Amino acid sequence: MDEILNIKKWYLENFETFQNNLNGGSRQPINNLRKDAILKFSELNFPTTKDEEWKYTNISPLLKHHFKPASANYKVEKTKVDQFRFNDFEAYLAVFINGTFAPDLSELENLPGGVVISSLDNAINSSHPAVQKYFSKYADYSRHIFTSLNTAFTKDGSFIYIPDREIIEKPIHILFISLSDGEKILSQPRNLFSIGKNSQVKILEHFVSLDEGVYFTNSVSEISAGENAIISHVKLQEESKNSFHIHRIEVELERSSNFSSHSISLGGSISRNDLNVRFNGEGGESTLNGLYLTEREQLYDTHTMIDHAKPYCTSHEHYKGILDNRSRGVFNGKVMVRKDAQKTNAFQENNNIILSAEALVNTKPQLEIFADDVKCTHGATIGQLDMDSMFYLKSRGIGQDTARAILIHAFASDVIKSIPLEPVRNYAESILTEKFNKQFRNEH
Amino acid sequence: MLEIKDLHVSIDGKEILKGINLKINKGEVHAIMGPNGSGKSTLAQVLAGREEYEITKGEVTFEGMNLLEMSPEDRARAGFFLAFQYPVEIPGVSNTNLLKTALNEIRKAKGEEQLDAIEFLGLIKEKMKLVELDQSLLSRSVNDSFSGGEKKRNEIFQMAVLNPKLSVLDETDSGLDIDALKIVANGVNKLKSDDNSIIVVTHYQRLLNYIIPDYVHVLYKGKIIKSGPKELALELEDKGYDWIKENSKELAVSN
Repeated sequence: MDEILNIKKWYLENFETFQNNLNGGSRQPINNLRKDAILKFSELNFPTTKDEEWKYTNISPLLKHHFKPASANYKVEKTKVDQFRFNDFEAYLAVFINGTFAPDLSELENLPGGVVISSLDNAINSSHPAVQKYFSKYADYSRHIFTSLNTAFTKDGSFIYIPDREIIEKPIHILFISLSDGEKILSQPRNLFSIGKNSQVKILEHFVSLDEGVYFTNSVSEISAGENAIISHVKLQEESKNSFHIHRIEVELERSSNFSSHSISLGGSISRNDLNVRFNGEGGESTLNGLYLTEREQLYDTHTMIDHAKPYCTSHEHYKGILDNRSRGVFNGKVMVRKDAQKTNAFQENNNIILSAEALVNTKPQLEIFADDVKCTHGATIGQLDMDSMFYLKSRGIGQDTARAILIHAFASDVIKSIPLEPVRNYAESILTEKFNKQFRNEH
Repeated sequence: MLEIKDLHVSIDGKEILKGINLKINKGEVHAIMGPNGSGKSTLAQVLAGREEYEITKGEVTFEGMNLLEMSPEDRARAGFFLAFQYPVEIPGVSNTNLLKTALNEIRKAKGEEQLDAIEFLGLIKEKMKLVELDQSLLSRSVNDSFSGGEKKRNEIFQMAVLNPKLSVLDETDSGLDIDALKIVANGVNKLKSDDNSIIVVTHYQRLLNYIIPDYVHVLYKGKIIKSGPKELALELEDKGYDWIKENSKELAVSN
């Protein structure tokens, strides 16, 4: 307990130093939010398993480490960045090293007029109107301690602004590279994506690491979709298996906008994702798909909340988990259909395959429906690979390992096939092959 | 080809097969008939290597090898094939992928070269014609939302591609209309040669009008109680299984 108090004390004491180092940044209006957030941080407690929202995710291993905020002085060579890029993937590239924007490693030339892809630091300092309008509007720091920590120490992250009626053909690849180099580093990228009316964009948030170090990423992404906007969001987490990862994604959808989220993750030591989507106008649509692959002692936690606040909106959600060894999965999918949200369609499904007797999943769909003319379904399964299918494949001459790999592929295939970025889709496919059967790839 | 000696099999402590003896030579077609619950499917599943069954006694030799000690995949690689009574649906695995992987694993075990994409495609196109399957089935998931007839034809199609030495057709006829039955039987007849053998497991005589067996065996309560030439099947069709059951009781009494 003392350790935890010490951690809190350390951050509270260092807030002033942080403020002083912001130079002119502390005069920006959002600095009041930082100050308010540090106040909330001082009042909030780190969650324990007694908190309903953290019932199955014990973060005490995270709190054992004393993570220190990363400095902005890390240098990475461009050749090292290339390993994280995909073949045949023509994209704008924004690279962050331990949460700080690296302009020399990024490729952001020839942006269409009015479009901004930059560091949040830059957007704050240039007083971009979207920052004033949307920063901290959706991510509630008054209730979530990690969000308050991120907000209080907001310095950098990615910023995307797409004006109205702008269709961005090239996807935006945001690459968060962690480099711990033996230090216990805390990175807190803060992202803000403001997408205008009738605009269209594809964004990849990609978390990687250059070593297998112990570090902590505490990230917050806020996404605002204007009327009729179409946003494809993909998150790919493939980083150090010793890392800690907490990420809150808040999405607000205006009338008739369409948001899709695909989350592919190989997990860290402990990963916690909160993904909240709010329909703020009629006719919106959201698709939340995910695939998590865990092994050894990993813990992967997904909490989603879809707030059907308006009528005529549709949400699809399908998360799949493949868990090996002693790893654990947590899925909590809340769907709230408010009183006025008639004609809501909401579908939710969470399926898990357990590859060992010691792996464990806690899954909980939570539907709260206050409207009467709606269509909502949910389902959750936890099971092993189907023995009848296994026997069938083997009876055709296919060996145990290959049969297993085929069935794992088959299980994950619908989520993988739904990834809207083809190179990422192929890559996700190869991750699966790499993980479960090298031989199968040659014959596939 | 195959020799079964005094095979006893139990599941959950209940004995299903109570001493099966059967010898099948190269080029022969045997029919195993019997009423429901007689152990026909158990025999088929045990030969394919289903692990849930406990073999309490007996032995099975396949091409000189101890079949019961082999894994299901090794049995298939050695040339054993089971056409399932209830083929499994496997969403997410395409028919082509299954066949290609299976064929190449079998070829590898035999020390043969793997087929390249063009050779493979040529082979499956040729074999599809045997059972009059539509080519669109190839890209579909294995048996997923296939009709009953398509599933059964797909089993025979797999048999055609994998070219086994010994095939067991487990009630491949049940649930088929007469046209589909003829297609399936026709396909099987084209695959039959002097070098391979077929065991037709069936409840009804109907299929045996089209696939003519050399021998017919009647399985009842876990034992083969009567064997004879193909005419035995017709006699069963006429008189029903009760006739055999009566005989079996008499046998038991006279014993």
